[in-house]
This record gives sequence, C-alpha cells and structure tokens, in this order.
Amino acid sequence: MALTREQVEHVADLAKLGLTEEEVEMYREQLSAILEYAAVLQRLDTEAIPPTATVLPLRNVLRMDEPGPSLSQEDALSNAPAATDGHFEVKPILE
Amino acid sequence: MELYKLTIHEALDLLDRLEVSAVELTQALLDRIVDVDNKVKAYLTLTPEVALHEARQADELRLRKVKGALLGIPLAIKDVICLAGLPTTCGSRILESFVPPYDATAVARLRRAGAVFLGKTNTDEFAMGSSTENSAFFTTRNPWDLQRVPGGSSGGSAAAVCAGEALGALGTDTGGSVRQPAALCGIVGIKPTYGRVSRYGLVAFASSLDQVGPLAKDVRDCALLLNVIAGHDPSDSTSLDVDVPDYTQSLRLDLRGVRIGVVRECFGMGVQPGVASAVRQALQVLADLGAEIAEVSLPHTEYALPAYYLIAPAEASANLARYDGVKYGYAAPDAKDVWEAYRKTRQYGFGAEVKRRIMLGTYALSAGYYDAYYLKAQKVRTLIKQDLDEAFAKFDVLLSPTSPTVAFKIGERTVDPLQMYLSDVFTLSQNLAGICAISLPCGFADELPVGLQISGPPLGEEIVLRVAYAYEQATEWRTGKPPLDEKEN
Repeated sequence: MALTREQVEHVADLAKLGLTEEEVEMYREQLSAILEYAAVLQRLDTEAIPPTATVLPLRNVLRMDEPGPSLSQEDALSNAPAATDGHFEVKPILE
Repeated sequence: MELYKLTIHEALDLLDRLEVSAVELTQALLDRIVDVDNKVKAYLTLTPEVALHEARQADELRLRKVKGALLGIPLAIKDVICLAGLPTTCGSRILESFVPPYDATAVARLRRAGAVFLGKTNTDEFAMGSSTENSAFFTTRNPWDLQRVPGGSSGGSAAAVCAGEALGALGTDTGGSVRQPAALCGIVGIKPTYGRVSRYGLVAFASSLDQVGPLAKDVRDCALLLNVIAGHDPSDSTSLDVDVPDYTQSLRLDLRGVRIGVVRECFGMGVQPGVASAVRQALQVLADLGAEIAEVSLPHTEYALPAYYLIAPAEASANLARYDGVKYGYAAPDAKDVWEAYRKTRQYGFGAEVKRRIMLGTYALSAGYYDAYYLKAQKVRTLIKQDLDEAFAKFDVLLSPTSPTVAFKIGERTVDPLQMYLSDVFTLSQNLAGICAISLPCGFADELPVGLQISGPPLGEEIVLRVAYAYEQATEWRTGKPPLDEKEN
C-alpha cells in the first residue's frame, strides 16, 4: 500500500500539521511501510465480529449537575500564550 | 547503610522506628541524584527544596503520630502526569513551558499519603516510544549499561528507581510503557486494569488504552504504591467504582493450586535465546512453588501489534488536536491566519514520532480508509480480547517474556519505526483487552536484566501480585544492582 505525496499532504492538511518537503517524503515512505505491515489484519475474517472501542462496560456516566469548585479564571489562563481581558486570544477566523 | 538503596517498605520501617528521618532519607536521594544523574539523565525537572520541605512536614506529622501510608517516602513522577506548579512537558517542545495549576488524582493521592516528590522524569514525547529517544530534550541511559536505552516510554522513571535516584515512581502504560522499561532496567512495574487508577491529570495519549502504574524495586513496594493510587475518582468517568483491596494482603509465599498458562506464541516472534531461557527457568521455580503450569495458545497474538499501531495513533491524533497554541503550550509567532498558526505551532512543537503517529492515525480515521484500518483494528481488538477471556477461563494468570530482547543500544532502532514498535510486541494485548500485568526481573542475558511478564484478568491485580511475589522471594534477582558505581561506562 504505497501512499502518494498528494495523499500525505492531504492527511497533513486534515491534521493541521505543517511538514517540510523532506518530511512529506519521509512520512510517505514510512507510513507506506507501516500500512503494508498492517495489511496482515486483512487476513482475518471479521465479518461477524463486533468492534471494541472500549473494554469498559460503562456507557454514559452521569452525575448530579451541581456547581463545585473549579479553576479560577487566572489559573485557567495562566498557560495561555496570549490572553486579554480574561479571554484567550485567537487569530481571526473570518476575513 | 546507604539510604538510597532501601526499598519503600524497608524505609517505612526505619522511619516508623524513628531511626531515620524523612529529611535524611530525602537528602540521601538528592545526594545520589547529584552523584549519578549526570550519567543516567533520568530527570527532566528536579525540585530539591520542595522535596526537603515536604520531608520536614512528613517528619513533623510522624512525631505527631499522624499516619500516612507513604509518609516521608521520596518518589519520582513521569512528566506526562500533572504535579501542581511544576512544568509538565510530556517530553515535548510544545509543552516546554506548561505549568499545570492542579495535581493529577494519582499525585494528589500520593501527596495525601505523605509522599515526597523529588521531580519529574524523562519520557518519550507524549509517551510515544520504547526508549526515551523520542524525548525532545535528551535520552535517558540504562543504569546497567549507559550505552543502552532504559526502555520507554517511562524510561526516566524506571532508570531513576533502578539507579537509586527515587524509592519508587509513577509511570504510564499505553502499550507497555511501564512494563518494558521495568524489564529493561531490572525492576518491577505494574500496569493496572484499565480504569483501576484515575487518569485525571494524566496528559492523554490513547484514551481507551492509557493507564497509570507504579514502578518500584520489588513487588511489595508496587503493592504499597497501588494501594494508594487505585480507586474510583469522580473526575475520571472511566475510573472503576470498585473497592480497592489491601494489595499487600495478597503477597504469599506459596502458589499451590494457582494455574499458570505459558503463552506459546511468545517464544517465537524474535525472542532472544537468553530471554527465552531466563523465562523458561522461571517456570521451574513457579512449579516448585506449587503452581500448575501448562501451555496456552493465544492465536491472535501476532495481530496485536498492527491493531495497536492503528488504534493508538488514531486516538492520539484526536487527543493531540488540542495543541493549537491557544490555551497552553507553544504558539508559533507571526502566523498570518488561524490555519497557518495551527500548522506552524504543531510543525515546530511536535517531534518526528508524534507527527508520524498523528499522520498515521489521521489517515486511519479519514474518509475512505476508516473501515479498512480503524474499524478493522477494532474488530481484531475484539478477537484479541476473546483469546484472553478464553485463556482466563482456564488459567489464573498468563506468563510470557515482557520484551523480546534485553536493553538495546541507543540509536539502534531509531531509523526504522517498525523495529522500535517490535519492542512492545508482548505488552500490547493487555492494553487492548484492558487487563492487568506486572513485569519483574527473572535473570540476565548478556549481563542485562530480563523481565518476566505475568498477566491477569480484569481486576486480577491480587493474583498477579501474589504470583510475582512468590517468584521474587524464591529468587535472588531483586538484589542485583546496576554497576553504576563500580565501573566507568
């Protein structure tokens, strides 16, 4: 299963991950090799097998909707690269 | 007596008899760190003043007859677990400046039990790796041979305990990251059942697999640490609401009636002869202790690796989407718009392996490939779990090597990611199935430690600890010490 450069660039775009030209080529080769290895899974007939997403018997874990202590605004913003007036600063997403 | 060589239970005896103070003990560990950590490089962050302050508090509490299961015991914490007010870097540039304002629940429980924190230990970036070579900062050395890796990703924690730089440590295990470094460093590490220990405050890697686990010098110490950190936590909705037994009560010397299955598939698959023979010799010891031993087949063993390396990266690619340079961590300067800000932040912030897994996971989840890769892997996960369910209907525990090889040389496996992934070939099924497993020393091959893995069913920590303890007490492997002081590496 050899990937093309276009596929690698498409995946990097989905993941919002900047890659250099060299990285695109490196990941093209390495991901192709890993996917080829993973192709052994296709040998197994799993038509009737349900998938396991989690091993826990839990589904929705609910609790009472009661207010409790939480981080202060100051603590919550303490690691922000940029914050103004108690808000996280972000780049504009609209023109 | 050199205090840094003590086990936790030995240190607790001395502390309780007031023969040693927590300050003396902590100072001994700090001195040891000064002596050897320039060679071992286990720690990313050291906090000697904080540790001594906590030790003084522990001494005062002890004089006031206040009890604490770990009162005055100096520990190390893997740097993917939050400790309030200290950097939690995850071995990554993207979190180099991140200082969490809160403790992880496992840390908070250790704190309440009176533990002293020496610092944060090195890890592969976001716990993705088997050697600490993926740390953005440096590679930790194996105290048994400084040219070799300590294993990973909890390699800093394992090397610290092994080298006498902490009495015990917390690690995390998503596919072997507690057990494999424990094996390669010749110490004991347990991956608890999925949900047994709260993951609140653990930086997420693969959320259906991650679990916090202790590393220590012997099985009793592991039980003592697990006693403190296990249990339900309302802040982690995946933590199990099941009572925690006193795990030290399961430490017994005989194994009469215990049924042990030896996993047949784990003796092919690239196992070094020295590793296989150490594990086979362990079987005789276990039989002499009264265990009933038979072979068992887990036919889907060979599929665990490809299934894991689709599921874990898929979950990682989703979890790591949060690193956007907005809420915390590195943010690329001078980006012209939000999309460029994301791309540049993540391009600079993440290392090669993390990018590789984000790419692989994103691909496996993307439209057109989801069924063939991610869904297929989840179905194979079901088959792997069924194998184990069937095996545990006949056996109390399963036995295998922890890792197919002893510690490998630094740089030996960094070129080919698949070679590195093979380090975990025997430790992935337990995470996929959510069961518990321990690794403990069972001998040496080429003068390097070999790990024996004992796996148990969900919430089978007691039987796993019992078998491990009986074996450990019947052998002398735990008294082996790395040659750090004797020879210059």
